[in-house]
Amino acid sequence: MVLSHAASDSDVSVHSTFASRYVRTSLPRFRMPENSIPKEAAYQIINDELMLDGNPRLNLASFVTTWMEPECDKLIMASINKNYVDMDEYPVTTELQNRCVNMIAHLFNAPLGETETAVGVGTVGSSEAIMLAGLAFKRKWQNKRKAEGKPFDKPNIVTGANVQVCWEKFARYFEVELKEVKLREGYYVMDPEQAVEMVDENTICVAAILGSTLNGEFEDVKLLNDLLVLKKKETGLDIPIHVDAASGGFIAPFLYPELEWDFRLPQVKSINVSGHKYGLVYAGIGWVVWRNKEDLPDELIFHINYLGADQPTFTLNFSKGSSQVIAQYYQLIRLGHEGYRNVMENCRENMIVLREGLEKTGRFSIVSKDEGIPLVAFSLKDNSSHTEFEISEMLRRYGWIVPAYTMPANAEHITVLRVVIREDFSRTLAERLVMDIEKVMHELDELPSRVIHKISLGEVKSEDNGDNMVVTVKKSDIEKPIEINVKKSDKPIFC
Amino acid sequence: MVLSHAASDTDVSHSTFASPYVRTSLPRFKMPGNSIPNEAAYQIMHDELMLDGNSRLNLASFLTTWMEPECDKLIMASINKNYVEKHAYPITTELQNRCVNMIANLFNAPLGETETAVGVGTVGSSEAIMLAGLAFKRKWQNKRKAEGKPFNKPNIVTGANVHEVCWEKFARYFEVELKKVKLSEGYYVMDPEKAVEMVDENTICVAAILGSTLNGEFEDVKLLNDLLIVYTLIKTTNLWDTPIHVDAASGGFIAPFLYPELEWDFRLPLVKSINVSGHKYGLVYEGIGWVVWRTKEDLPEELIFHVNYLGVDQPTFTLNFSKVFHQSLFIDIHLSINVGSSQVIAQYYQLIRLGHEGYRNVMENCRENMIVLREGLKKTEKFNIISKDEGVPLVAFSLKDSSSHTEFEISHMLRRYGWIVPAYTMPPNAQHITVLRVVVREDFSRTLAERLVIDIEKVMRELDELPSRVVHKISLGEEKSEANGDKLRVTVKKSDMEMPREIINDWKKLVPDRKKTNGMC
Repeated sequence: MVLSHAASDSDVSVHSTFASRYVRTSLPRFRMPENSIPKEAAYQIINDELMLDGNPRLNLASFVTTWMEPECDKLIMASINKNYVDMDEYPVTTELQNRCVNMIAHLFNAPLGETETAVGVGTVGSSEAIMLAGLAFKRKWQNKRKAEGKPFDKPNIVTGANVQVCWEKFARYFEVELKEVKLREGYYVMDPEQAVEMVDENTICVAAILGSTLNGEFEDVKLLNDLLVLKKKETGLDIPIHVDAASGGFIAPFLYPELEWDFRLPQVKSINVSGHKYGLVYAGIGWVVWRNKEDLPDELIFHINYLGADQPTFTLNFSKGSSQVIAQYYQLIRLGHEGYRNVMENCRENMIVLREGLEKTGRFSIVSKDEGIPLVAFSLKDNSSHTEFEISEMLRRYGWIVPAYTMPANAEHITVLRVVIREDFSRTLAERLVMDIEKVMHELDELPSRVIHKISLGEVKSEDNGDNMVVTVKKSDIEKPIEINVKKSDKPIFC
Repeated sequence: MVLSHAASDTDVSHSTFASPYVRTSLPRFKMPGNSIPNEAAYQIMHDELMLDGNSRLNLASFLTTWMEPECDKLIMASINKNYVEKHAYPITTELQNRCVNMIANLFNAPLGETETAVGVGTVGSSEAIMLAGLAFKRKWQNKRKAEGKPFNKPNIVTGANVHEVCWEKFARYFEVELKKVKLSEGYYVMDPEKAVEMVDENTICVAAILGSTLNGEFEDVKLLNDLLIVYTLIKTTNLWDTPIHVDAASGGFIAPFLYPELEWDFRLPLVKSINVSGHKYGLVYEGIGWVVWRTKEDLPEELIFHVNYLGVDQPTFTLNFSKVFHQSLFIDIHLSINVGSSQVIAQYYQLIRLGHEGYRNVMENCRENMIVLREGLKKTEKFNIISKDEGVPLVAFSLKDSSSHTEFEISHMLRRYGWIVPAYTMPPNAQHITVLRVVVREDFSRTLAERLVIDIEKVMRELDELPSRVVHKISLGEEKSEANGDKLRVTVKKSDMEMPREIINDWKKLVPDRKKTNGMC
């Protein structure tokens, strides 16, 4: 069957794309078109529309890696058609995954003997990693309760209200109750003492975050560990810890090697880290490691036997591209400890440059700490006439994407702007950002306090009024929990 | 802090193969202390990866192994975009919505002119199936709670030929019982009548496959639909219309183009959700699947995470569920959060680049080449063809006479020619049947088909000259749960075996290296 319409017009091969009729017709949106179009036209049309997307490298909202070396890009393209679950067909890629798991487990001081292999797996991201870790805890707890003849239908997990939406998804999809320790003004992470008070016999684990997405802070996992050990002595309840080190897992070992947060603490049974954040790989790769095999109930593992050796697999997803695994391994061996340390130190330095630049303006309070993820979270000292949301919108015009959001309960009256310092955010960019923020502040000072201020999301809660106002305001930078109607589903998604 | 060791050696400027980096053993279990140059890292990894199989000769896989260079360009350009960040990448998000709508319309979702489809892009059919299963489970639970009945024992009815691992995972992780309809010799898909018999008040849905991975066959979804309607009328008092989920991972992009008259999708009233893999016959590299629901009623609200993100100036954007919500909302029901944009863009590229016409051409080509291969095998007179003509373009075949040699041996020997052709035994109750299976993808041309036939004939001749080896006795087709013959097993490369998962539990007590599951989700 030949191409009917197009070929007879003879414009396919002769006309350049912008001379052809393909750029005159409206692109289909809801239904597949009947006919084919030339590949150059398809490429050009899509490429052009995508120009209107934000520039990933100026997207300062995201922790996810936006730059890799060209050599790595080459390796990625070369493996883009490999499905790495096919262990027989791609044994080397599979081996690379295992090596990454072992390297990361060692990085986290997993108590492995010389010849012992680590227990862990590559995932699509921290969401999947958290779900797998959560599943393991749930199953382990259920088995224990069954053996004791006690009810096992009401598992719960204790976390801070600063957790990412990944945990809420886990809780909702896997039917576990989420018990959140509320924050308070000035204290934006989970308070270990309050957490331990909330623990009961139905608690499957306590989840601590190493690198809160709100302000970059590391939770005090050691204190949590010590309090849980004390609780065990007093009540017999042995509650394990999961550390969500999505961001912090590739920072702490290099910048703060003395900080005890990982498997050095006995209650820590599993850790997840995102390869695609400070693991310095593009989106699509996360890792979860367990302390040892006892922490991963066997019945969750699908054993695949591969060339005579037992290859356990425990993932939610089946077919996955190999590219990110290969890219992760590239980074681990290319950079080594030294390279990662250099990158993290650079990030930290640039974070300090930005922070000091903002402090010098005299207009902002810095909410983030120095120790933690290299990011700067800041809010206006005086937000009576203008809000952080307005600053966020106006920065867009300069090309920067800097999100503004309000804190979760019980600090909802605090709004912050947040800039994440990634590997590719150089000092030059940091200085330019400060200049642009100063420009924005000047502009705002000259504007009257607008009506918009009243309806900016910081003010209005659960009301449907002001729809017409809502329509005119460009809310492109607004990320905010929606208290309306839907329960709790509304955290900024920064997993 | 400068690079210590390497720089002082001034060997950085040596060509990679002249440098010390190719002399040292690559770290395997611990991160190295020092950095190495990017060229060295690239070369070393690239070289080791040469030992991976050639993806395009991997005839075991349904997954796309080739795309046009223009699409590769788009993919690389968007590889650093995290498509969930809708505020930053509104266009990419819009492209996802367009794909969902196009696919929903392809499946005849009952949408009004202005109604937007309910569905999402996922990382693959595994995630898609989990989301669909979750929706059924939650809907069923809500219904049972409202009726005051127990809701702690949900089950799902499927054939034993299912996408094994995907559904097993769903069942195991989300605590749903999997009730499997056993196969029988000659009948390798789920029998709708038997399925309906197994349905009870705890059944959250019946899952049918459009394109069994074993032999490519399409299950008779229409018959299943009609029987379930009758079942509801005569058998139950509670009028629970047991819904159907169609796992169209492979078939979803084949049936509409090759068999448009076949009723399997939303044209059947009991079909409430469908998943399809973009990375199989959607003709995109791996990492993309789609799930669509019939209507918004089929996706319980509480599973959806509503996130308000965005820029209002784009009227075609949103999935508005009702006027209660703000203008710009996106449904977020993913298991994963940060995912690359590349595959979504690639899927959209294919949909508009090829259109109905292009996909039809590709599928017809696959079918033609499948027939060439099948005819070639028939001509050798050594094989029975297990696969049907109608279905996924693949050829599943077994030896007419397997007394002296087995399909596993053929599979091994084909490896030496570069081909990866898997052999596996059928699930219960047809475990005595072993098949070889060749999947015909877009990039499997007629030339390759003819060459494969030639190489299979060569292999048959070589085998005829060999005595019937002891290996034969312990090939999986013959033995079931026995652990003898270990030493022989070790020498046999079992890399091409794919076996259904029922045996997993028995396995762990056996010598484990015998069975591998076909992980072709």
